[in-house]
Amino acid sequence: MEVMTMLPVLDQILNASQRQGRLSFYMTSYGEEGVVVGSAAAWENDDEVFAQYREVGVLLWRNYPLSSLMAQCFSTKSDAATLGRQMPVHYGSKEHHFHTISSPLATQFPQAAGAAYALKRTPGRENSCVVCYAGEGATSEGDFHAGLNMASVLGGALVFVVRNNGFAISTPTSQQYAGDGIAARGPGYGIDTIRVDGNDPLAVFLACKEARRRAVEGKKPVLVEAMTYRVGHHSTSDDSSAYRSLSAVESVKKLDSPLFRLRRYLESLPKPRWSTERDNAAKDSAKRAILREFSKAEKDKKPPLAAMFGDVFARVPEGAEREGARGGLERPQREQKEELKRLIEKWGDTPGWKKELAKFDGGKEAVSKW
Amino acid sequence: MYQAIRSALHTTLEKDPLAMVFGEDVSFGGVFRCTMGLADSFGEERVFNTPLTEQGIAGFGIGLATMGHTAVAELQFADYIFPAFDQIVNDAKYRFRSGGMFNCGSLTFRSPCSAVGHGGLYHSQSPEAYFLQASGVKVVVPRSPIQAKGLLLAAIRDPNPVLFLEPKILYRSAVEQVPTGDYELPLSSAEILREGADLTIVSYGPPLYTIETALHHLKHPSEELAPLIPESLRNLSVELIDLRTIVPYDIETVVKSVNKTGRCIVVHEAPQSGSVASELSAEIQQRCFLRLEAPVKRLTGWDTPFGLAYEKFYLPDHIRILDGIVETMRY
Repeated sequence: MEVMTMLPVLDQILNASQRQGRLSFYMTSYGEEGVVVGSAAAWENDDEVFAQYREVGVLLWRNYPLSSLMAQCFSTKSDAATLGRQMPVHYGSKEHHFHTISSPLATQFPQAAGAAYALKRTPGRENSCVVCYAGEGATSEGDFHAGLNMASVLGGALVFVVRNNGFAISTPTSQQYAGDGIAARGPGYGIDTIRVDGNDPLAVFLACKEARRRAVEGKKPVLVEAMTYRVGHHSTSDDSSAYRSLSAVESVKKLDSPLFRLRRYLESLPKPRWSTERDNAAKDSAKRAILREFSKAEKDKKPPLAAMFGDVFARVPEGAEREGARGGLERPQREQKEELKRLIEKWGDTPGWKKELAKFDGGKEAVSKW
Repeated sequence: MYQAIRSALHTTLEKDPLAMVFGEDVSFGGVFRCTMGLADSFGEERVFNTPLTEQGIAGFGIGLATMGHTAVAELQFADYIFPAFDQIVNDAKYRFRSGGMFNCGSLTFRSPCSAVGHGGLYHSQSPEAYFLQASGVKVVVPRSPIQAKGLLLAAIRDPNPVLFLEPKILYRSAVEQVPTGDYELPLSSAEILREGADLTIVSYGPPLYTIETALHHLKHPSEELAPLIPESLRNLSVELIDLRTIVPYDIETVVKSVNKTGRCIVVHEAPQSGSVASELSAEIQQRCFLRLEAPVKRLTGWDTPFGLAYEKFYLPDHIRILDGIVETMRY
């Protein structure tokens, strides 16, 4: 409940800061807290997660530091997940077994199938599972078909969780598929499938727990379709009132909130496990912690400019550098980095460049040491 | 050459317990026999068929590699790489986009490429140039059995995803004694096949053999060819370079050669626009401007799809290469 309570607080702060121009982009999880956190609770902490982009709740569940989260969103020098190379919300953490998110939809489906096959052959990881999240829109991509079919034929413990929230940006499901949702496709691939009320965190938890058990014991994929509703806009670049009525959204918020449902349940227990006081305290402490990391990250420098050229290829091991691959860079990246250095030394004090250079760790001086 | 590739795969599976070989029809030995007997020797869990889905194979390979396993994926013809283009171009950037935290460096794609005499549009393509801009993926093309084994072993062990394009016309036609043991040939390193002083010819894959034929005709022209080839070119000293790795290519070796000879021809089968020849020509004119005595000539496939009946006039054959040599030398 703490994590589910924290998620909208985080979303509210980061979404609002994007509206103020302090952050370049953001995507909220409004309305889908139950799917994401409910399912996260069903996995082991070292289950390998391949996500789409609306699953930060899994990371919060796994105690991903708020500082890392903010570092990614603000592209700071502490952003170990992407080194400032990817847009906000493209999190990743090897330590948390959360594979780095990429924007192209559905590419994670066959990758998850490969990872599940790998786990099957990794000594000590035979009881681990791969979890692959996506929205219902992404299931229209060819990679959904490829991934489910490959996983089914080749095996490996894998749970696909599809968040069916009714919309892919502006496209309602009526324009996404004509069949019976996503769950109806699972049996066609020979995959055990269940559809669950995504706004009921306990139902999601139980369905995912059983899905995981079957996946690990049977070394096979299981599909979970969680029915929910995308209460927020698609992203900060989207105004959803252009294609759906605000009153419809408001009614879902009031009538079918996963947060309220879990809260009511916990409050109604013979020995209540939640209360208004606890709720307020959880929100307050979340808000304080988030704002603390937010203001630190907002003031932080970007990574050194050199990071723009790194990791295109693997670093060449010390002492084994070839003629073309000095300094850990292959020839094109090395030469182009040298060219940028020349340009910065010549033009670095002109107004546009000077202002921008100052934002990077080490600024212009760091570049002159390249 | 198919046996050399099979030998490289055998060595890989034998020495690397995390290695797997998979793709469409690899289990029974592959449509070009490159995986013959491997499933019997190493088991169906390590050498296996996949469903018929290139994007699936590519994504699956990335997934295996992110978990640290060695994935050698086969795409049955280079012409069918395109369904996997998104996975290769967008998602093989795993290392860069994750700040180096994750990578799929233990992934290698093998794929038969290039003309075969009768392959038409979809069994003839040389798609290497599409990957010139896919920063993060290496591209390698071998010319012979020894090269194929050494470069493939290097590609599989390279800590980056590699697209290994195998000219299928060489599978059965290129035959030589290949060391049975384990050896590697370096990536991003061109090889000078013959030294010369007057002209540099850069190529890779099957055209290297066509160039050898053209050079033979240059020295000993038949009666029909003789009137078209100036006497003064009979003893032309040509430096022939096999690029071997297309991305990232070895510009140093090429530049050193062109600075010596002052003239250069680039030959490949793929179409001209946005090609490896175009890329090399631009680099050469930038780096050898003061030494060039003739424009860099590109002898490539035409900018058309690969038409079945027209192969003889589509590819740069020995006649076009002879013409290119004459035109470049008389400029």
